[in-house]
Amino acid sequence: MESGWLRAGLRVWVAVVLAFLFIPIILIVLYAFNSSNIESWPIAGFSLHWFAVAWHDNQVRSAFLLSLRVGVIATALAMLLGSATAYALSKFAFFGREAISFLLVLPLALPGILTGIALNSFFSFTGIQLGTVTIIIGHTTFCIVVVYNNLIARLRRTPGSLAEASQDLGARGWQTLRFVTLPLTATALVSGALLAFALSFDEVIVTVFTAGAQNTLPLWIFGAIRLGQQLPEVNAVVSIVIALTLIPVILAARVAGAGAISRTARPAETAGAD
Amino acid sequence: MLWRRPWARATLLLTPPLAWFLLLYVAALVVLLITAFWQINPFTTNIERVFSFGNFSQIFSSPAYRNIIGRTVGIAAAVTVTDAVVAFPFAYFMARIAAPRTRTILFVAILLPLWASYLAKVYSWLLIFTKGGVLSSILNVHLIYSNWAVFTVFCYLWLPFMIIPVYAALERIPPSQIEASQDLGARTWRTTRLVLFPLALPGIVAGSIFTFSLTLGDYITPLLVGGTSSTFIGNIIYSNIGVANNVPFAAAMAMIPIVIMAAYLLGARALGAFEAV
Repeated sequence: MESGWLRAGLRVWVAVVLAFLFIPIILIVLYAFNSSNIESWPIAGFSLHWFAVAWHDNQVRSAFLLSLRVGVIATALAMLLGSATAYALSKFAFFGREAISFLLVLPLALPGILTGIALNSFFSFTGIQLGTVTIIIGHTTFCIVVVYNNLIARLRRTPGSLAEASQDLGARGWQTLRFVTLPLTATALVSGALLAFALSFDEVIVTVFTAGAQNTLPLWIFGAIRLGQQLPEVNAVVSIVIALTLIPVILAARVAGAGAISRTARPAETAGAD
Repeated sequence: MLWRRPWARATLLLTPPLAWFLLLYVAALVVLLITAFWQINPFTTNIERVFSFGNFSQIFSSPAYRNIIGRTVGIAAAVTVTDAVVAFPFAYFMARIAAPRTRTILFVAILLPLWASYLAKVYSWLLIFTKGGVLSSILNVHLIYSNWAVFTVFCYLWLPFMIIPVYAALERIPPSQIEASQDLGARTWRTTRLVLFPLALPGIVAGSIFTFSLTLGDYITPLLVGGTSSTFIGNIIYSNIGVANNVPFAAAMAMIPIVIMAAYLLGARALGAFEAV
C-alpha cells in the first residue's frame, strides 16, 4: 500500500534511528583508544595505553573479580530457582499460579530503584551487613526472572505429548526429565544463563543500594565518572564491560535464536500472558 | 510413594523459589512500606519506629519536592511519547516492508544497544554533551547539565524497549485487514490512522510501561548528565540513603513511583497491553 516516496522516507528514518542507536556506542569505544588524557573531540591519536593502565589498576582488577564472582554465583542460583519455577508452573495447574508468575516478574517490571531501596531497608531492618552476600541476593532476585522468562516461553511451545509419550513407553519421572524435557529445553536454559550473567555483570541501579563498601566494576565506573577522575581509564574499562555484556548476549542469540534475547525485555507482557 | 504425586513434586519444585521471593523480595517491599511511616531522630539520626505521616507531609508541603515529582513524571511522559513517535515508523518498516533477512538484522540491531552496558551508554552521552565534547565542537551546542540532556539520554536508552513490542503488534496484523481498508477506498494515512494505529496501540502501551517505569525509577542518568539542575525522585531516594542517611524519608519518597506505576499498570491493563504480544 506504500507509495515509493513513503518507502524511501521510511528507509531514511530507519537509517537515522540506527545511527542514533549506534553512534554513542561506537564513540565510547573510539575514546578508549584515545592517546590523550583529555576527553575532547576530535581524538588526539590511537593508543592502547589506557587499557594497560586499567589492567594494572588494583582497584579495577578487584572490582572486576568481584563482578565475575557475583555474576557466576547469582546466575547459578537463578538457574536452580528460575528453572524449578518454570518447570513447576508449566507442568502443574493449581490455584494461585497466575499470582506466582506475576510476583516473579515484579523485580524487572518495577523500577530498579524500588528493588534496591526495598532490599536496603530490609537489610538495615534485619541487621544484615551489606557486602558480597547482599549484592548476590539482589542480583539473584532479578536473574531468576530472566531464566524463568526464557524457559517458560520454551516450555509453552513444547508439546506436552512428548513427555506423555516418554511416560507411556515406561520412562520414570527422572528419565523423562533427563532424556526428553532437558534436551528440549537445553538451549533455552543456556541462553537464560548467559543473559542472567550479562544483566548481573552490568547492573548498577540495585547494586548501589546493596553493596556497602564493596565495589563491583559498574560501581567503580559510576564512582569514577561522578568524581570526574581517571576518565581515560574509565573509557577503556567501559569498553571492556560493553564487550563482556554483548558477548554472552550474542552467544545467547546464536544458541536460542534472536527471540530469546528479546524476551527479557518484555517481562510485563509475560506477566499478563499467563 | 510421595514423590509420584503431582502436588508433592510441584511443592518440592516451588518451595525454594517461593521462599526466596516471599522471605526476601516481598518481605523487603513490606519493610519498605512500613519504614516509609517511620521517622528519623534529628539529633541521634536513629530510626524511631513510631507510625506517622511526617515524611509524606514533608514531601507534599515542600514546593521543591513537588517540583521534582513534576519534573520526573513530566520527563517520563515526554520520553514515552517521543519514543512511541520514533518507534512507530521504524517498527512499521520492520514488520511490513523489510525482507525477512533484513527484518532479522534490524531485530538484532535494536537488541544489541539494548543489552550494551547501561553505564557505558550514559557515559558516552556525557562525552557527547560535555564542554569540548563531540556536540559542542561540531555544532556549538551546550546541553550538559540540563533537562534536555536528561530527556535525550532517556529517549536513547529506552527506545529499543518501545520498538520491540510495537513491532510485535504490527507484525501480527493480518494483511487482509489492511487490504480490506484499501478496498474500501482508504489511502495510506487513513489506513494507518484507523486500522494500523488502533491495532498497534496495545503494543505501544506495552512499550510505554518500560519507557515510563524506567525513567521514573532512574537516578544515575539525571545525576551524571543532569547534575543539580535536573533532580529526579530517584536522586532524592539515593541521596537519603547515602549522605543524609534518612532511610525512612527515602522509603516514603519511593512510595511515589510505586503508586504512579500501580495506576499506570491498571490503566495499561484496561487498554489490553498485557495481551499485546
